[in-house]
Amino acid sequence: MEKQDFKAVMEVKDLFFTYPGVSEPTLKKNNLTIYKNKITALIGPSGCGKSTLLRAMNRIHDLYPGCEYKGKIDFLNPQSGKMENLLELRKENELIGLRQRVGMIFQRPTPFPMSIYDNVAYGLKLSGLKNKSELDGRVEKALKDAAIWKEAKDRLKDSALGLSGGQQQRLCIARSVALKPEVLLFDEPTSALDPISTSAIEELITELKKDITVVIVTHNMQQASRLSDYTTFMYLGDIIEFNKTEKIFVNPSVKLTEEYITGRFG
Amino acid sequence: MGANLFRNLSFFSATLSFFLLVGIFAVLFTYAQQSMQEFGFDFLLTEEWEADEDDEGGIFGGYIPIIGTLLSTLIAMTIATPLAMGIAIFLTEIAHDKIVKPFSIAIELLAAIPSIIYGMWGLFYFAPIVQLTIGGNGVGLLTAGIVLAIMVIPYMAAITRDSMNTTPDVLKESAYAMGATKFEVIKDVVMPYSKGGIIGSIILSLGRALGETMAVAFLIGSIMSIPKSITDPTTSIPVLLANNFAEAQDLEISSMYYLALILFVVSFAIISVAKFYFLGRNK
Ligand SMILES: Nc1ncnc2c1ncn2[C@@H]1O[C@H](COP(=O)(O)OP(=O)(O)O)[C@@H](O)[C@H]1O
Ligand SMILES: [Mg+2]
Repeated sequence: MEKQDFKAVMEVKDLFFTYPGVSEPTLKKNNLTIYKNKITALIGPSGCGKSTLLRAMNRIHDLYPGCEYKGKIDFLNPQSGKMENLLELRKENELIGLRQRVGMIFQRPTPFPMSIYDNVAYGLKLSGLKNKSELDGRVEKALKDAAIWKEAKDRLKDSALGLSGGQQQRLCIARSVALKPEVLLFDEPTSALDPISTSAIEELITELKKDITVVIVTHNMQQASRLSDYTTFMYLGDIIEFNKTEKIFVNPSVKLTEEYITGRFG
Repeated sequence: MGANLFRNLSFFSATLSFFLLVGIFAVLFTYAQQSMQEFGFDFLLTEEWEADEDDEGGIFGGYIPIIGTLLSTLIAMTIATPLAMGIAIFLTEIAHDKIVKPFSIAIELLAAIPSIIYGMWGLFYFAPIVQLTIGGNGVGLLTAGIVLAIMVIPYMAAITRDSMNTTPDVLKESAYAMGATKFEVIKDVVMPYSKGGIIGSIILSLGRALGETMAVAFLIGSIMSIPKSITDPTTSIPVLLANNFAEAQDLEISSMYYLALILFVVSFAIISVAKFYFLGRNK
């Protein structure tokens, strides 16, 4: 195997996370490595802290004051090749910079109340792109990358709210992809969708990993095994097991993981 | 049985309110007939409001009170809208949870103060301040407009806040997740999302400002003259009606009904538009 295969983009080290007004930390001493151009799945029973961990990776928690982090999340700086702790970012513009590098897709599609075109162009405009033809090009590319160009190209000026749920979710992916993020975080992106839209999104995510590193929370075991290269099993705020997906699904080393995967609880 | 009774009762109330509306319109229209036949649409542009010596007839025109109503409302809305938006944005997006509660209660209480109290406060406290800082006699268009603004701000801010609060957190989070600043999230997500409610709140406040009587009666000067400057005293439709109704006769009474009809139609049109927006948003 090539060495490239194991290049880490993000390393979570002894991470504790506590919500405001809660006495116990929700994440306890989490350790995890996210490898470049791989798909890492987070699985575990609901309430175990998957979303909480994911939302630490782009510091979206910080929108609500009073969250406490302990430990480190090292994030690869592609220019210098060094790892930098993203929990040390403090200023609003540093966090904005982080979120442009680490995109996020939510459980329910969240199109903005504007046209399809403007939804995709929005983040680009925020990052300072003004040139109309360049914008057009980037929007088209993003819509193609997110496999929604065919359905959207004749109605770019129409409101995004008129699309179906599955199309809206792909639009949201296009919107994030347009920013050329290094990492994309998906929080149960298909749990509100029908099976056909789900498989379209799964295909798309597999496509995306050529350029982007993906972390995906899912409660669907098949989805995790189909899609991911690495799997993390979480339970009550602990990371119980982290390994290659085949290893986790075929021959897990922890009893609890096996019980969860075989559906004995959760 | 109980359900049936309840259904009949609510059906009765619903129909009653419709007939009340039609009834009010019919009464205004009927009583305004004399004046409408006498003056026609020239009424809207006539400046005089003069009864003959014998109190039998005279010349009555709605120009001044109509202009007074429109201008005082315009001043009020120009001041109130940006401030109310600012307060609503502050309460929904910026303020810390701990301040939001007392602030919101204060705003709801302010919205409930009877207008005569605003009128008295305006006359005794605020009018001298306007006189000192801007000029004029204290009472006049500007004073009335500003106090009207102060009256409608809490109302407008409360409705706007409620409507901004309906913006789903995930929608805001997805904008933040693309690197938007707080200001950009407010401008591009919260405001467009709650557009219907915001416009509705502005229109409802406008309706309130148009029909406000007591506070304006204290503050606008109640003089039948065209304001030459913004601090000049003038009058408004509700104020003229309240002041003159008791002594008026025949044609003057009919002319007041005419004025009331104009105010009714304008207010009704405004509320209908507001309703349309609210319903449009709920769909
Ligand atoms: N804003 C919050 N404040 C306090 N506790 C929270 C908050 N959000 C989630 N939690 C708690 O943190 C735990 C983990 O939640 P979450 O990460 O959403 O779980 P998962 O995504 O694995 O279902 C749960 O016990 C949940 O109740
Ligand atoms: Mg979750």
